[in-house]
Amino acid sequence: MSPDTGADAAATLDQARQFGLSDDEFKRACRIMGRMPNFTELGIFSVMWSEHCSYKSSKVWLKKLPTTGKRVICGPGENAGVIDIGDGDAAIFKMESHNHPSFIEPYQGAATGVGGILRDVFTMGARPIANLNALRFGSPDHPKTRHLIDGVVRGIGGYGNCVGVPTVGGECNFHPSYNGNILVNAMTVGLARADRIFYSAAAGPGNPVIYVGAKTGRDGIHGATMASAEFSEDSESKRPTVQVGDPFTEKLLIEACLELMESDAIVAIQDMGAAGLTSSSVEMAGKGGLGIELALDQVPTRETAMSPYEIMLSESQERMLMILKPERAELARRVFEKWELDFAVIGRVTDSGRLVLTMHGRTVADMPVGPLVTEAPLYERPWQPSPALPELAAKSIETREPIAALKQLIACPDLASKRWIWEQYDHLVMGHTVQRPGGDAAVVRLPGRKKALALATDCTPRYCAADPKRGGTQAVAENWRNLTAVGATPLAITDNMNFGNPERPEIMGQFAESIEGMREACLALDYPVVSGNVSLYNETNGSGILPTPAIGGVGLIDDAANAMSLAFKREGEIVVVIGETKGWIGQSLYLRELLGREEGAPPPVDLEAERRNGDFVRAQILAGAVTACHDVSDGGLLVALAEMAMAGGIGATLTAPQDRPAHGFWFGEDQARYVVTCRALDALLQAAQKADVPARVVGKTGGAALTLAEGNAISVAELKRLNEAWLPAYMAQ
Amino acid sequence: MQAAIILFPGSNREQDVHDALRRATGKEPLKIWHRDSDLPKADLIVIPGGFSYGDYLRCGAMAAHSPIMREVKARAEAGTPVLGICNGFQIVTEAGLLPGVLLTNKTLRFHCKDVHLRVETSQSIYTRRYNAGQVIRVPVAHHDGNYFADDATLDRLEGEGLVAFRYCGADGEIDGEANANGSARAIAGILNEKRNVLGLMPHPEDATDALLGSTDGQGFFASLAEALA
Repeated sequence: MSPDTGADAAATLDQARQFGLSDDEFKRACRIMGRMPNFTELGIFSVMWSEHCSYKSSKVWLKKLPTTGKRVICGPGENAGVIDIGDGDAAIFKMESHNHPSFIEPYQGAATGVGGILRDVFTMGARPIANLNALRFGSPDHPKTRHLIDGVVRGIGGYGNCVGVPTVGGECNFHPSYNGNILVNAMTVGLARADRIFYSAAAGPGNPVIYVGAKTGRDGIHGATMASAEFSEDSESKRPTVQVGDPFTEKLLIEACLELMESDAIVAIQDMGAAGLTSSSVEMAGKGGLGIELALDQVPTRETAMSPYEIMLSESQERMLMILKPERAELARRVFEKWELDFAVIGRVTDSGRLVLTMHGRTVADMPVGPLVTEAPLYERPWQPSPALPELAAKSIETREPIAALKQLIACPDLASKRWIWEQYDHLVMGHTVQRPGGDAAVVRLPGRKKALALATDCTPRYCAADPKRGGTQAVAENWRNLTAVGATPLAITDNMNFGNPERPEIMGQFAESIEGMREACLALDYPVVSGNVSLYNETNGSGILPTPAIGGVGLIDDAANAMSLAFKREGEIVVVIGETKGWIGQSLYLRELLGREEGAPPPVDLEAERRNGDFVRAQILAGAVTACHDVSDGGLLVALAEMAMAGGIGATLTAPQDRPAHGFWFGEDQARYVVTCRALDALLQAAQKADVPARVVGKTGGAALTLAEGNAISVAELKRLNEAWLPAYMAQ
Repeated sequence: MQAAIILFPGSNREQDVHDALRRATGKEPLKIWHRDSDLPKADLIVIPGGFSYGDYLRCGAMAAHSPIMREVKARAEAGTPVLGICNGFQIVTEAGLLPGVLLTNKTLRFHCKDVHLRVETSQSIYTRRYNAGQVIRVPVAHHDGNYFADDATLDRLEGEGLVAFRYCGADGEIDGEANANGSARAIAGILNEKRNVLGLMPHPEDATDALLGSTDGQGFFASLAEALA
């Protein structure tokens, strides 16, 4: 199909199928139009109704998530979520996937993922102050994995470092299910004044529509459609659908937009992300209940003879669409000229309710905005529950000597230090990074204020695969726990739902059950979802990824000086586990890494205990009663203790109870647990008892090794060497 | 002391150095957009870190040819202190204010981490509050910080005491591991002959607040505040 196909010629069913529309969807488009759409119009229907833009398979489920709360200023539906963080400040944040492009072209795919999420945040008037990411790669043995890690890390760094926003945290793990479909989820957090938030709904018929930023090229055409299909062997041929990033232009765009936002010129603003000019113009008009007219010959282009179809569907990066007060248009032009960015009046707002596109005075598309949005297809796809897996008793599992097991675990790809990755990200620029990558959560102080935000991304996909509901609950709970562990009050989350093909009932079931699990956790923990993104069709040749609902959380610490870290601080302090250790071994890393078994039900999450234990730990941190704190998650208690020892360069002597299998105690992955250190033990234990929170002494800090009561030991230096060695050595091969 | 920070499109660590200077001097530094034709009178000119012009050509090469750099050079020659940090170091070498060039790190990767630096001279307005041989810990954040010059130039820099900082271990020893970017003779920062121009890759401005991990950079700004009071 050639883009040169006469723009006015009626489209065919064949073209619709090639654009990814179903036959029913094509019929629906014809009915809305009252005639056959032409080629350009068909292109607009197909991207607006793509899974990526319309959420047609996921919307009925997403509605179940709690999205309101006393801190929520703006929930899902805008470019990003907005929460109140006190003193007239607002935090604006969102996480978004760039999975398909990053697999096809890792550097540009990951880079433009960062660029896109930054734009979602500064579009709303926030200065971006932190980036995070959540990365999943295939097996380290897979021939493509090394190349993909290299490109993705360079891409994220190349973009984030240049725009000067610190990349302060994230997570990275590995599983063969991602061999043909990696996950690159990027999150941006920005700071705005609560009374200066910018929204996207068009207003004021007659107001000019302005295009700013980079020029439009032929890159990324139909990217949204590509992102809504499965991969097959020919995915390499889709490389031209991947956009190319220009972080320098993005930096200028940030500064220019924020400068203009100091004035009252902007009526509405929307970035051109997936589906470019199409989705931005349709969404702005749709939200305002208005129409929009665009003269496509006025759009700045970097290539000659671009067709209306190409201009509307291009996903060229670093572009924004704004509606301005007419009397302020000149002021705005001067701001963008200062920053050497294109500024073009390309149309006006109308009260016709129609999207009308002209090219050299000729109408090339004329379609109703409302139905394009409100009559988008919505599917209640059939789904089936995931089969329940049996509980595994620790007693039934082979035991290994704990220190030998620890050595193997601490060096396995999922637990090995990710320093090699985060040292390639500028995590310090802006000068407010109080806690750097490598802890439970990053802590970023707010410029000119005492308070700080705590930020983390979390998901345990193997739990989600074994029991999607439990996995959904656990992802939210672990995220909440990570923010709590640095002393923050968790406020709200963004979610990035990465799943396989929703047309398969078992995949739709994973989605539905994960949502249910997340919903329960969000309600129990007062932790609403304020923004998010859904990425479906993460499959290659019919084989799906582990269900991966990645959670990005934002918490608040009133005084950055109170932020807690996981490092052991000094010798002779008592080490206490908060929360109950039953020794849950199903789906544990111990089981997988030492015994090669990915089996059993994942640990249950008792949300009441989660809340009680977390609130207790946070109160103890803020009261100054604990000197270090770390959540217990992947790998269990001994791994958590080893991480605290490595961070502090101080060892500990440790004791396990004798009444149960040692591997269950040291490596079980029971939830709702933290390790803390303290000086005044009695006071801490009394407070715990009063709060009905389990607390157990497991040892005392000191020396240069982790030493078990039975006498086995490993030096902290050796632990560090094992933990730090794997990733650099792997990447150097 | 009145400092002026020059902003190019793509500068991104201007606020970090701004805050460090304000904390040390109590005076608000000026931020000067590179296309503003008049460079105001200033006791110190700072070219901050970042990615001027995206570093799409050689790092610093575009900014070095910006019209404002003619004025910066004239001021430097007349004795005004000029400080180039990171991308600013790349710009002042490209502009010919300092010898040598910053090549790509020998790992071919971006490095962001704390490093140890040995203060090689206390004989400058930037380092007078340190002792020669003192080891400080400050962050680096760069992709192209591998200092290179020919041997004659390096000999001259060393002979005239113009090497300001070297990468070292925590104990002050110079070794290959500490010199992660591969700089010639582990050089992290140098002075010009008049000792009023300093270029360095590390970021002392990001080590001036205990909450952020190190205060070892405070001496750098305290030196300037004292010398230019």
